[in-house]
Amino acid sequence: MTTEALTAQAYIQHHLTNLTFGFHPEHGLGFAHSSIEAGEMGFWAIHVDTMFFSLVLGLLFLWFFQSVSKKATAGVPSGAQNFAEWIIDFVNDNVRGSFSGRNPLVAPLALTIFVWVFLMNAMDLLPVDLVPFFFQHSMAALGADPHHVFLKVVPTTDPNATFAMSLMIFFTMLYYSVKIKGVGGFLGELTLEPFGKWGMPANLLLEGINLLSKPVSLSLRLFGNLYAGEMIFILIALMYGHGLVMDVSAGVMQLAWAIFHILIVTLQAFIFMVLTIVYLDMAHQTHH
Amino acid sequence: MHINLTLILQMISFAAFVWFCMTYVWPPIMQALEERKNKIAEGLAAAERGLHEQELGRQRALEVMHKAKADAAEIISQAQRRYNELLDQAKQDAVAEGQRLKLAAQAEIEQQANRAREELRERFATLTIAAAEKILQQEINAGVHKNLLDTFAKQI
Repeated sequence: MTTEALTAQAYIQHHLTNLTFGFHPEHGLGFAHSSIEAGEMGFWAIHVDTMFFSLVLGLLFLWFFQSVSKKATAGVPSGAQNFAEWIIDFVNDNVRGSFSGRNPLVAPLALTIFVWVFLMNAMDLLPVDLVPFFFQHSMAALGADPHHVFLKVVPTTDPNATFAMSLMIFFTMLYYSVKIKGVGGFLGELTLEPFGKWGMPANLLLEGINLLSKPVSLSLRLFGNLYAGEMIFILIALMYGHGLVMDVSAGVMQLAWAIFHILIVTLQAFIFMVLTIVYLDMAHQTHH
Repeated sequence: MHINLTLILQMISFAAFVWFCMTYVWPPIMQALEERKNKIAEGLAAAERGLHEQELGRQRALEVMHKAKADAAEIISQAQRRYNELLDQAKQDAVAEGQRLKLAAQAEIEQQANRAREELRERFATLTIAAAEKILQQEINAGVHKNLLDTFAKQI
């Protein structure tokens, strides 16, 4: 618990609020002091924490792989190169297994998704109060009210981040569908199957739902898993500070959940990557 | 949880990351992997070739060895033949030389015997004459009876 005065509900809410920067109709430009204020800022607000952590992790990923690729040698690989090649081989195997077309975009896309999502998910393994605690205290030292300093360290628990990825993938799917099959082929796929041309409205309904469900399920699956995981960490963290027995059992539970969460972190990154490959493969197939 | 500008910014950063990965990260590493694959394949092929060549070399060595053995046997048998020839030659030479020596010795002996016989005859003649002289002394004239005595001496 960060502050004794906080109630459990306030603690949870505090942890589920993003650090939002935007223009408030009453308070003007600045950080939102509550979740409600953040809502009042409307669309033109930014989740600074989500942006910061996702960018740092994405740059970390690119920095590591780029430094490896600059020194990449066909001879005996260094430790870092070996590690990068291990991941790349894994991604490449998946792409070759699921993607039948030829497209130089798919494999790097899959690699970016896998590593980036994995890193963002892995932020969940940090103790829930660790980074927010230091952030609150350093902000308080700068004169901010610690109760209004929010910080969510796991970008994938922000639907903005997961929808951003799934929407980009959705647009890529549409782009390649139209590019490979032509506008007519794509529209035909939407309207002429599965009931033939006389069942056109039903076809459109079914295929439309099928198409739209892909980005929605993709992002909500990732968001839901990580949000739930984060929530459990928060609930476990609530047990601390209520006597020795509670502390010890909370510690044991946190450890157990963290170990189990390693599986979820990796699995969700993997599922996101594989589904992206599969969806893009479907977009490349002329007969389905 | 609000959908806001973060979504757009996240989309842009995602696209940028993918673009960067696709341009600067993926191709060099894939190229290195590909090169290494080729290198390993070449190495394996070279090892295969080396093995094959070793087998060929062993066969060649065996052939050379067999040939050398055959040559050696040939040389030995030739030498044997030559040795026998020389031996035969020497034997014949020795026999011929012996024969020749034997003949020379026989001739020598013959000569010696003849000379001895001649000498003996002469001595005997002289002795006989002397004896006859002593016996007959007076009545026999050496000059008159010499022809008779010579005739006797030759009959010995």
